[in-house]
Amino acid sequence: MNGLIGRKIGMTQVFDEEGRQVPVTVIEAGPCVVIQRKTRDRDGYEAAQLGFGKQKEQRLSKPKRGHVNKAKAEPVTVLREVRLEEGEEINPGDVIRVDILKDATHVDVLGICKGRGFQGVVRRYGMSGGRASHGSGMHRRTGAIGMKVSPARVFKGTRMPGHMGHVHTTTQNLRIVEIREEDNAVLVQGAVPGPNGGLVVIRKAIKKPLKQS
Amino acid sequence: MSANILEKIDKENLRKEGVPEFSIGDAVDVHVKIREGDKERIQVFSGTVIARDGAGATETFTVRRISYGEGVERVFPLHSPAVAKVKVERRGKTRRAKLYYLRERSGKTARIKEKR
Repeated sequence: MNGLIGRKIGMTQVFDEEGRQVPVTVIEAGPCVVIQRKTRDRDGYEAAQLGFGKQKEQRLSKPKRGHVNKAKAEPVTVLREVRLEEGEEINPGDVIRVDILKDATHVDVLGICKGRGFQGVVRRYGMSGGRASHGSGMHRRTGAIGMKVSPARVFKGTRMPGHMGHVHTTTQNLRIVEIREEDNAVLVQGAVPGPNGGLVVIRKAIKKPLKQS
Repeated sequence: MSANILEKIDKENLRKEGVPEFSIGDAVDVHVKIREGDKERIQVFSGTVIARDGAGATETFTVRRISYGEGVERVFPLHSPAVAKVKVERRGKTRRAKLYYLRERSGKTARIKEKR
């Protein structure tokens, strides 16, 4: 099992053995129930669909209720998929807890980052803008977006003002500082996408090796 | 329920033996543990406490001293295990919580009255 669903609680700091302050994000992760098993034969890929969060039964639509009942699980608020290795022994009804992250040193955290609304080009793409004084009048403007008669159009993907944030974001290689099984929580070093209380998926870092043993 | 985890973590990072007693304006000696390789030694930083900031395990205090004619300020995490001891040398009497005005002063004008 490579990951599970969680909720970002917030950031704080802890002291390490050397007495240094370590900035950490606390993520409440799991317990998650396996709702459905996707297989290569039937679905074309291997994955486990996980459920997270408690919900009253009457709040679920009938199709969802049936879907959850199939795994003999309690009603859940969110469903997310986590990819599995070929032939991993995970079945609907299994409960996934934070202890699955024990053999990892680092994790990736997937979430939806905070929405920034409609933003100009300076904030959105880090362009430098024009000068502030000496009659410039081009303070935070976009500048040129293309050439003249040839090509006589603006290229696709040209960076312009627009909506920023509230997109799916993955933060890779966050070090695990502590796994607290009794609180169903993980402490990772550094920031994580989304607001406090936002939904995230934690998985073992795909670019870092697992612990030996 | 979830915010309780934060509070719990905060509590675990508090100083076990209790917070050293001192206040703004005090002249203090801060004993800092310093690790060099596998040896540990204590370094003392003495000066005036000019600010305390934050709450819980993230609380810090700022100590200012004049070193070779140059003002030096160090911010210590109050609950850090690296801060071994805070010894009060002299109690100061102040009328405000942040003594940032000391930065613009030197010599006689930078003195703080002693509390009796």
